[in-house]
Amino acid sequence: MKILVLMKQVANKDAILRINKDSNWIEEADLSFEVNESDGYALEEALRIKEKAGGEVVVCSMGPQRAKSVIKDALARGADRAIHVLGDNVVHLSPFAAAGVLSEAIREEQADLIMTGLQSDDYGYAQTGVILAELLGLPHATIVIEIDASGEELRVKRELESGWYQWYTMPKPALLTIQSGISQIRYATLKGIMAAKKKEIKEITPAAELVNKPSHQRIEKIYLPQKTKQTQLLGGGDAKKGAVELAEKLRTEARVI
Amino acid sequence: MSNGILVFIEHKAGALNKTSLEAIAAGQTLAGETGQKASAVVLGAGVQSLAQEIAAYDLEKVLNVDHAQLAEYTPDAYASALEQVVRASDPQYVVMSHTYLVRDFAPKVAARFQKGLIGDCIRMKVEGGKAGFTRRIFLGKLDADVISDGAAPVFVSFQSGAFRPEQAVKGSGAGTESMSVEIGEIRMKPEAPFQEVKQAVDLSKARIIVAVGRGIKSKDNIALAEKLAEVLGADLAASRPICDAEWLPIDRQIGSSGQTVAPKLYLAVGISGAIQHLVGMKNSQTIVAINKDPEAPIFDIADYGIVGDLFEVLPVLTEEIRKMKS
Repeated sequence: MKILVLMKQVANKDAILRINKDSNWIEEADLSFEVNESDGYALEEALRIKEKAGGEVVVCSMGPQRAKSVIKDALARGADRAIHVLGDNVVHLSPFAAAGVLSEAIREEQADLIMTGLQSDDYGYAQTGVILAELLGLPHATIVIEIDASGEELRVKRELESGWYQWYTMPKPALLTIQSGISQIRYATLKGIMAAKKKEIKEITPAAELVNKPSHQRIEKIYLPQKTKQTQLLGGGDAKKGAVELAEKLRTEARVI
Repeated sequence: MSNGILVFIEHKAGALNKTSLEAIAAGQTLAGETGQKASAVVLGAGVQSLAQEIAAYDLEKVLNVDHAQLAEYTPDAYASALEQVVRASDPQYVVMSHTYLVRDFAPKVAARFQKGLIGDCIRMKVEGGKAGFTRRIFLGKLDADVISDGAAPVFVSFQSGAFRPEQAVKGSGAGTESMSVEIGEIRMKPEAPFQEVKQAVDLSKARIIVAVGRGIKSKDNIALAEKLAEVLGADLAASRPICDAEWLPIDRQIGSSGQTVAPKLYLAVGISGAIQHLVGMKNSQTIVAINKDPEAPIFDIADYGIVGDLFEVLPVLTEEIRKMKS
C-alpha cells in the first residue's frame, strides 16, 4: 500500500509571536519552527500501517526551504521518500488554493491512502485535506482516531462531539485527516537519521497560475485578542508571592475556601 | 443576482442541535446588517416536523430537503444536497455552526464553488454592506480579520458561543418549502454512533476543578496538582495533550472532545488555552490561570492570573490553602 502523508511546518507552540509591521502575519525572522502536531500523528499512523501491510510512505510538505527540516525528520522516523512543494509564499495560500497546488503535486503518485493532520496550528483552517479529497475525487473522513487498513476497504473511527464516536467504511483510495493522540509518536533513531540522508527528496515548484489565483479569503489584519475579562495579575512576576495572594483572593473574593 | 442568507440547520435524527440556534442568530444578524433576508435549510429524511420547528423563527422560509439517503450523515450525501440547494437558492452567504459535522462536509461544498470556508469565526462586522469576519489563529493566540473577495456565495461558520441560542429571534411563522435533490453514489458507509465507555467521571457537577495542561511536563508532576485538588476538595481534570499522553484518563478531559464544565472555580495549571479547551470551561464562574507564558490565551478569560513557574506556585498555594482550612 502506498501512503502519502501531508505535513506542514508551523511556528513552535511555545514561541513568542510578534506581529509583523504590516499587521497581516507574524514576524518570522528568529522564529523557531516545528512540525504541525496532528501531522506528526498522521505520519506515525502511516508508518504503523506500513509495518503491518508493507508498502511505501511518501511525505509531502509545502513551504520555503526551512520546511526541509520537517521532511528530514519524517524521513528519519521511517518515511521512504519525500516531495517538497517549494515556494516562499505557498504557506500563505488560502485552503482552496493550497489544496489546488497540492493536488497537482501528488496526483500522479496515485497513493492508496492520503493522510494529514486535522488542522494546522497556525492558520487553523481545518479544511485543506477535505478540499484536496474533493479535487482528487476521493472519499474522505475527518477527525479520525483509529484506522483498520487490513481489509479490502478502509474502516475508520471518527471522533464526534462530546465523547461520541462513529465507524465509517470506505473504498481505497481515500483521504483521512488525523486527530492528535491517535497513537504514541516514535522518536527518530540514530540509524534512521543516517538512513534518511540517502532518501530522495523531490522538489516541485508549483505553477505560477496556481499560486497566484485570486484568493477568496484574505487576512486584513491580525492583532492580540481583545480581553473579555479584566484579569487581576498576582505576584508581579514573583510566583511564590502570587501563590500567597491567590490563596487570599480565593478566600475573600471568590469565596471558595 | 445572489441575495439572502442561507442558514444550515444541524440535527441528530430530527432533534435540533442547539448550535443551530446560534447559526440562526448569526444568520439573522448578518441579514439585518446587510439588509437581506435569512432562510434556513434542513437536510434529512422525515424532518418535516423539524422544519416546522425552525419555521417558528424569524426567517423568510425554511427549505425542507427530504431524501432517504440523507437519513444518516455522510459527507458525500450532505455535500451533494447542500450544493444543489445553494445553486438553486443562490444566497450571498451560507451560515453554519463550526461543528465537527460542518468541518467534515462544508469545505467539500465550498470547493465546488471554487473556494473554501471562512471557518470557526468568533465575530463579524458589516461595513458598507460588506461583512468582515474574525477568526482565531495560532491556537487562539491571535485574532485575524478576514474578508472575502470574489463572487458569492460566501461560506462562513461560527464557533460555538460566538452567538447565543437565545439570540435567535422568533417570528410570525415562516413558510416551509420542500426541495427535491438528486443524490448519486455514496462512497462511505456509516455505522451507528456510540459512546466509548460510560463516563466514569462526571465533571459537569464539580464545584471546583484543578485542570492541568502541557506545562506540567511529566506524569510524575501531576501529583503536585493532585495535592492542590485534595486541599481544595476539587476534581482533577486535564487538557487534551495530557489525556493523549495517558497521564490522566480520557474521562478527565475538558474541551470540545471531552467534557463541558462550569464550576464555581476553575484553576488552569500550565494550560495555554487553545480554543478546543476554552469551549469546555469558559463558562466557569471564577477562572484562575497559572502559566509561564504571559501571552497564553487562557489569560484572556481568567479572573486571576499568575505569570510564573507552576512548580513554584503549586506547593506554596497548596500550603497556604491548607493553613486557611485548618
